[in-house]
Amino acid sequence: MKRLKKVAKPIEHIGDVVLSTLKEMGKMTKFLYLFFYWVTKPPYRTALFFEQLYFIGNKSLFIIILSGLFTGMVMAYQTYFGFKMISVDSLVGPVVALTMAKELAPVLSGLIVSGRAGAAMAAQIGTMKVTEQVDALEVMGIDSFQYLAVPRIIAGTISLPMLSIIFQLVGNTGSWFVGTKALMIDDAMYYSKLSDFMFIEDLYQGIIKSFFFGFLISLLGTYFGFSVTKGAEGVGKGTNLAVVWGMITILISDYFLTSILIRIL
Amino acid sequence: MDTMSENVISLRNVTKIFSDFPVLHELTFDIKRGSITTLLGFSGAGKSTLLKHILGLLKPTSGDVIVLGQNVVALEGTALKEFRQNFGMLFQYAALFDSLTTFENVAFPIREFTDFTEEQVEQKVSELLTSVNLSDKTYYKLPSELSGGMRKRVGLARALALQPAIMLYDEPTTGLDPITTKMVNELIVQTAKNNRARKMTSVIISHDIKATLQISDYIAFLHRGRVVEYLPSAEFKKSSNPLVREFVDL
Repeated sequence: MKRLKKVAKPIEHIGDVVLSTLKEMGKMTKFLYLFFYWVTKPPYRTALFFEQLYFIGNKSLFIIILSGLFTGMVMAYQTYFGFKMISVDSLVGPVVALTMAKELAPVLSGLIVSGRAGAAMAAQIGTMKVTEQVDALEVMGIDSFQYLAVPRIIAGTISLPMLSIIFQLVGNTGSWFVGTKALMIDDAMYYSKLSDFMFIEDLYQGIIKSFFFGFLISLLGTYFGFSVTKGAEGVGKGTNLAVVWGMITILISDYFLTSILIRIL
Repeated sequence: MDTMSENVISLRNVTKIFSDFPVLHELTFDIKRGSITTLLGFSGAGKSTLLKHILGLLKPTSGDVIVLGQNVVALEGTALKEFRQNFGMLFQYAALFDSLTTFENVAFPIREFTDFTEEQVEQKVSELLTSVNLSDKTYYKLPSELSGGMRKRVGLARALALQPAIMLYDEPTTGLDPITTKMVNELIVQTAKNNRARKMTSVIISHDIKATLQISDYIAFLHRGRVVEYLPSAEFKKSSNPLVREFVDL
């Protein structure tokens, strides 16, 4: 009997993990359904949407510009010294631009927004939940999901592509500056190679990814905010989960999105 | 007809089970229209759960909850949300929206549910805040800048904004000093008086036996999910129920 119990324990543990994962996935699917249900229903909370657009978009601008600029500058350096060994250093411009457009801009701006806005969403909603502000909305007859989650999710989905485009622009400017001023690549050559290898279609992949990442970050941020249960500790846990899962899902979904988009575009 | 002769809230055999544990057990009782009724009981007696059933925030495992002639159990979606507009609720810690000022908190339900112009909203908010003895100096302060008593008053003004038929108070004096407690209790009585003409019903959850006896018309004592005593305030004081006596004689 003792032996049987010893064998059963790890199986029970696996079962518990599987069940709790499935339960969480079920809750998340319901949350996703609620978004698509409420997004079409009036009242449309445009003021709240613009408030969130300002918070997620405008307030992330400084960190996005800073990160984009230095990422572009570092990329130019690293690419230049690698390419110089095989005498293709004139390709620094298009390589940085393509990497920025397809991968770095959407992924890095996604990770930054997840750490800043995703965490804030979870903390704000979580705090409202533990201080009964969410209950107060419900008692007034206002759907707390529609009021708190929908404007944040829409604003997050729209903000990230815009931030990603800014990241690209600033990053490419940084790359151009380092490439032509510090590494002495000819200015005309830089532009000519850029126009030879970079096309408008190359931007689409990054923009589509950004939309998706923006949706994911704000969905997870609001989901973990609403999942908060136990006071300040719960708010901390919810915020932490929103950031961790936001980042993990960006990196994992990036692989799958790339493998799909590369065939379509 | 006497104001208090009709029932505004009726619970019929309400049972609520959470993870095999019955929080409410075959609970049956009525709350009279226009009355101040207090639900007393030890922690975990089921008072807050009962309040959530009245609001339709929780559904009973079995039984019916009839409020204002509607069976809350059968209400869903928009109907349930519209139904909740009959209530005002003062939360334990006021539950003010911390990103909004005093004025905006009180204006919130008015802007949400009425077609008032900004001038009308301003006038209404001013009336409400005056009725809870708050001066215009507090209008543009955030909840974090207000004292506990002030927050309760703002919460009460916000709850009364849409002239609710039923006013719910969830432990309104918990965590307050004796002077503020007295002020909040007086405010509850004053609010009931001010709204007597339209027969507003007040339901209070409380641990404060002294205040309860002073301000309530009826007192229901909950123990392990059952109403073990339900009497007019004066009679409740003399109850021979040992559980009630334990509470009253504290």
